Amino acid sequence: MANDPIHQFHINTIVPIEIGGIDFSFTNASLFMVATVAIAAGFLYFSTSQRSLIPGRAQSVAEMSYEFVANMLREGAGSHGMKFFPLVFSLFMFILTANLIGMFPYFFTVTSQIIVTFALSILVVGLVVVYGFAKHGFRFLKLFVPSGVPGALLPLVVLIEVISFIARPISLSVRLFANMLAGHITLKVFAGFVTSLGALGALGIGTAILPLIMTVALTGLEFLVAFLQAYVFAVLTCMYLNDALHPDGH
Amino acid sequence: MFVTSAYAQTAPAASETPAAPAGEVHTETGVAHGGEHESAGFPPFDSSHFASQLLWLAITFGLFYLVIQKVIMPRVGGIIEDRKGRIAGDLEEASRLKAEADAAVETYEKELAQARSKANGIADAARNDAKAKAAADRTAIEAELAAKLAAAETRIGEIKSKAFAEVGTIAEETATAIVDQLIGGKATGDDIKAAVAAAKTGA
Repeated sequence: MANDPIHQFHINTIVPIEIGGIDFSFTNASLFMVATVAIAAGFLYFSTSQRSLIPGRAQSVAEMSYEFVANMLREGAGSHGMKFFPLVFSLFMFILTANLIGMFPYFFTVTSQIIVTFALSILVVGLVVVYGFAKHGFRFLKLFVPSGVPGALLPLVVLIEVISFIARPISLSVRLFANMLAGHITLKVFAGFVTSLGALGALGIGTAILPLIMTVALTGLEFLVAFLQAYVFAVLTCMYLNDALHPDGH
Repeated sequence: MFVTSAYAQTAPAASETPAAPAGEVHTETGVAHGGEHESAGFPPFDSSHFASQLLWLAITFGLFYLVIQKVIMPRVGGIIEDRKGRIAGDLEEASRLKAEADAAVETYEKELAQARSKANGIADAARNDAKAKAAADRTAIEAELAAKLAAAETRIGEIKSKAFAEVGTIAEETATAIVDQLIGGKATGDDIKAAVAAAKTGA
């Protein structure tokens, strides 16, 4: 089937590289990671090259995204959190650009690979754990002991807190991955209906309009999801970083 | 941390890769692809590419992070700071100019009030002068008139007393003339004088 909805997620090796028996090939996924970084960094670099006092459109967008993430981080993690600004801004721009590039037909969606989103979430949660212990020592464990809980309930609450903390990297990565994957599959399926119904003759072409409308509507929705998932990832990163900065300040 | 777990996951996967060309043989689509592709399972869960994805993600995202930290952040932050500084400077300049304008208005109003009070003073002085002059003129004229009146009264008194004084002589002459006419004889001056004096006192 030419319109296999899963086909778009296949990884194809472009330049085979093998180090120590492990496959490190440069694949289409790698190519689109490079493209994502090149486009995001290039946009931010060239849109601000004029350094105008009164920004043009491109510079406005770059500044807006910068201030958007800066405000998000300041609200989520306080002014101490601003030391993590490069990371949160990089994450937001990387995921947003990768999601938006994925909206082009025939392009590969980097964020539809669970390993990529999982690596990014592990980076965030790992940073929270490492920074939390480095800054607060064992006081960081207060994170799991909310204040004002009656003694009898405390073990249960601590257990729930620990489980929810462990679930964070999974939920963070699966949310992004599943949204991108499901959205792209749905788009592909509805777009596939258009061609297969269109092949049935006059009546088929008439009914093919319905999935076509659906595809157009879903494309709009997917653009929203592309932005929203980057936003959600960045907001949750800010919240988790807040835990590392203020473990006892729930 | 996550790298080691991925190594662990990809170690068996790497040993499977020789089997991959077999998958290439029954590539089912007519669409041409650059390289081999696995038919095994759902592609996002295919662990044979995890190591490659992690490596390239680390390279690309690491580079991106460095670019953001070293180039983009100072640049965009600098632009925004410059603008904030510029706006704050402009606002300060505007408030300074406003203060200057306010001071100028205040000075102007003060001067206006001064000029007004000065004008009032001049007008008052002029009015007072005119009033004083008019009063002086009037008293002078009144005094002159009073002097003239007094002079006239004294002259009238003089004339009156002179006339009174002449009344005796006239009466004597008249009496002499009457006596002449009535009795044809001459009355002596002394008699007539006595008679007139008697009439005068009797009157």
